[in-house]
Amino acid sequence: MAELTYREAVADAIAQEMERDDKVVFLGEDIAKAGGVFKTTVGLYDKFGPDRVRDTPISEQAILGAAMGAAMTGLRPIAEIMFSDFFAVCWDIVVNQIAKTRYMTGGQVTMPLVIRSANGGGVRFGAQHSQSIENWAMMIPGLKVIAPSTPADVKGLLAASIRDPDPVIFFEQKSLYGDKGEIPDGEHVDELGTAKVVRGGTDAVIYALAAMVPRSIKAAEKLEADLGIKASVVDVRSLVPLDTRTIFSEFRKSGRAFTVEENPRLCGWGAEISSLITEECFWDMDLPVTRITTPHIPLASADNLEDQMIPSVDRIYETVRAGLD
Amino acid sequence: MWRLQLEVRHLEQRAHDLFMQNLIKGTSHLAVGQEAIAAGCAVAMRPGDYTFCTYRGHAHTLVRGASMTGVLGELMGRECGLLQGKGGSMHLTDVEKGAMGSYAIIGAHLPIAAGAAWAAQYNKTGAVSFCFFGDGTTNIGAFHEALNFAVIWKLPVVFVCENNFYMEYTPIDEVTAVEHPAADRAGAYGLEPIIVDGNDADAVYRVARTAVDKAVAGDGPSLIEAETYRHYGHSRADPATYRPDKEVEEWMAKDPIPMYRSRLLEFGVPEKVVGDIEKGVLKAVDDATEEAKSSPVPRDELANTDVWADGGSAWRN
Repeated sequence: MAELTYREAVADAIAQEMERDDKVVFLGEDIAKAGGVFKTTVGLYDKFGPDRVRDTPISEQAILGAAMGAAMTGLRPIAEIMFSDFFAVCWDIVVNQIAKTRYMTGGQVTMPLVIRSANGGGVRFGAQHSQSIENWAMMIPGLKVIAPSTPADVKGLLAASIRDPDPVIFFEQKSLYGDKGEIPDGEHVDELGTAKVVRGGTDAVIYALAAMVPRSIKAAEKLEADLGIKASVVDVRSLVPLDTRTIFSEFRKSGRAFTVEENPRLCGWGAEISSLITEECFWDMDLPVTRITTPHIPLASADNLEDQMIPSVDRIYETVRAGLD
Repeated sequence: MWRLQLEVRHLEQRAHDLFMQNLIKGTSHLAVGQEAIAAGCAVAMRPGDYTFCTYRGHAHTLVRGASMTGVLGELMGRECGLLQGKGGSMHLTDVEKGAMGSYAIIGAHLPIAAGAAWAAQYNKTGAVSFCFFGDGTTNIGAFHEALNFAVIWKLPVVFVCENNFYMEYTPIDEVTAVEHPAADRAGAYGLEPIIVDGNDADAVYRVARTAVDKAVAGDGPSLIEAETYRHYGHSRADPATYRPDKEVEEWMAKDPIPMYRSRLLEFGVPEKVVGDIEKGVLKAVDDATEEAKSSPVPRDELANTDVWADGGSAWRN
């Protein structure tokens, strides 16, 4: 087992897939010679050359349009949108074109492409470079949506996304880029549409995504140490497809669910999980599902302001404690 | 070339008639008057080349060889439609024929066409990507992003602006900083300004052929502005009363169909040959109309297919 950072796992996954399949190509702003503004793609340009790893102008519509046109005609492109906030300037290509063209053409075209993007806050970039927009993508039929929390999952899920025949929006959490973790040796490919129970527990279940996973684990450890509360933590990992089997089976152990979401309150993924649990596990419910989210306001940049917005270990701990009280 | 122009003319007229009979719902953007551009470019294209067009795309899909029944069936919401009734008028596509889709959001398909050209360049297939759009598209960001992108990557793509002088209901010159909406922008991307009479199919063919040769030689994209005029309004809902009578009259005198007929006769093509081709096309349109009318509506279960490559639409397990 090698230890890699979350950011190194990105390049590791892309290299693994580019070596395997010469139809895999990669484009984006500053991704080639500069190795990415977050240094997630260092070494790929040197290894695979300028035909396969290509710098683009600041033209998000051109980047995603080109990825789509190439995917429709035989390549498997990976496109980078530097900050997920920038999806707002190319959302037409994502929502109206990439997501719908297969359906609208009666299945005449296939769209095997991945759009990677740095998502989320916690790094003091302010409201236009810090949003968690996974719920924007989740609500569009025709897009798969992935957000890993560990280096191993970055590698395994990114590799699986590249091999997938459908468009995948792959959210990397920018506050996790420096995190280290063990990665299995050799080829590593995970499975889309699978959640992971990362900590067992029978008193409550905490559903979390991306940066909220390590925080939820810490909160669960503290709950057990301080109060003897055994909370399980489910890393949702894949919003579309959604692993409702794992979500429900873990819920039924306690009947007490909490979601921890970095997105602003309205229409976050946790609302969908809450709705599904209410509809399909009603007789197993012991408490209403409680959502822990960023408040419904743009993110501020100052340390103390941003920190009070994004769910913290303390807020998760306190909310679960109070809920079970 | 004659046949292709007639196919478009008569199929579009038929679509108009079927609308009036309420057999076609939704909207429709007819290319009556603009046939010469579709036909001239189609003749310049080779099998394997790609066509990307807009919601005014019946013409461009048909001239690549899509079946008339498939086109009319799609417009009428029948299962025999090119898209099984899942796309409608604004999204006609026939991938097998190289018709890679009709795109209904202005500008989106310019970078997509560039992407197909990128794949052709990468795979060294020699294919060229044609991208058709209206004058109004030249004022949206994607136009400029795509042109710059295609030039810096030297992509084998031919951008064809069909300048019919109206951005939907508004004269293009009232909302554009330059006189020629595409050609006057070409220089900004290091491209040669090309303006052609879009009602002359042979003239269109010649510039399109030159652009294909340039693309195949690895010399990158071209931007062609083809001047033309639509005989109907922007869409089904538009009677086009905003256009001055004199202007309409002048353009009607330049209708590409009679113009091409005269040329054929001038070149010594027997009148019978010219007329027989037209009769054949009319019969084909009649047959396709009947076939589409008698086709069933799509099976209900088709609503839930083809979101994903596995054929299904499941978002959960």
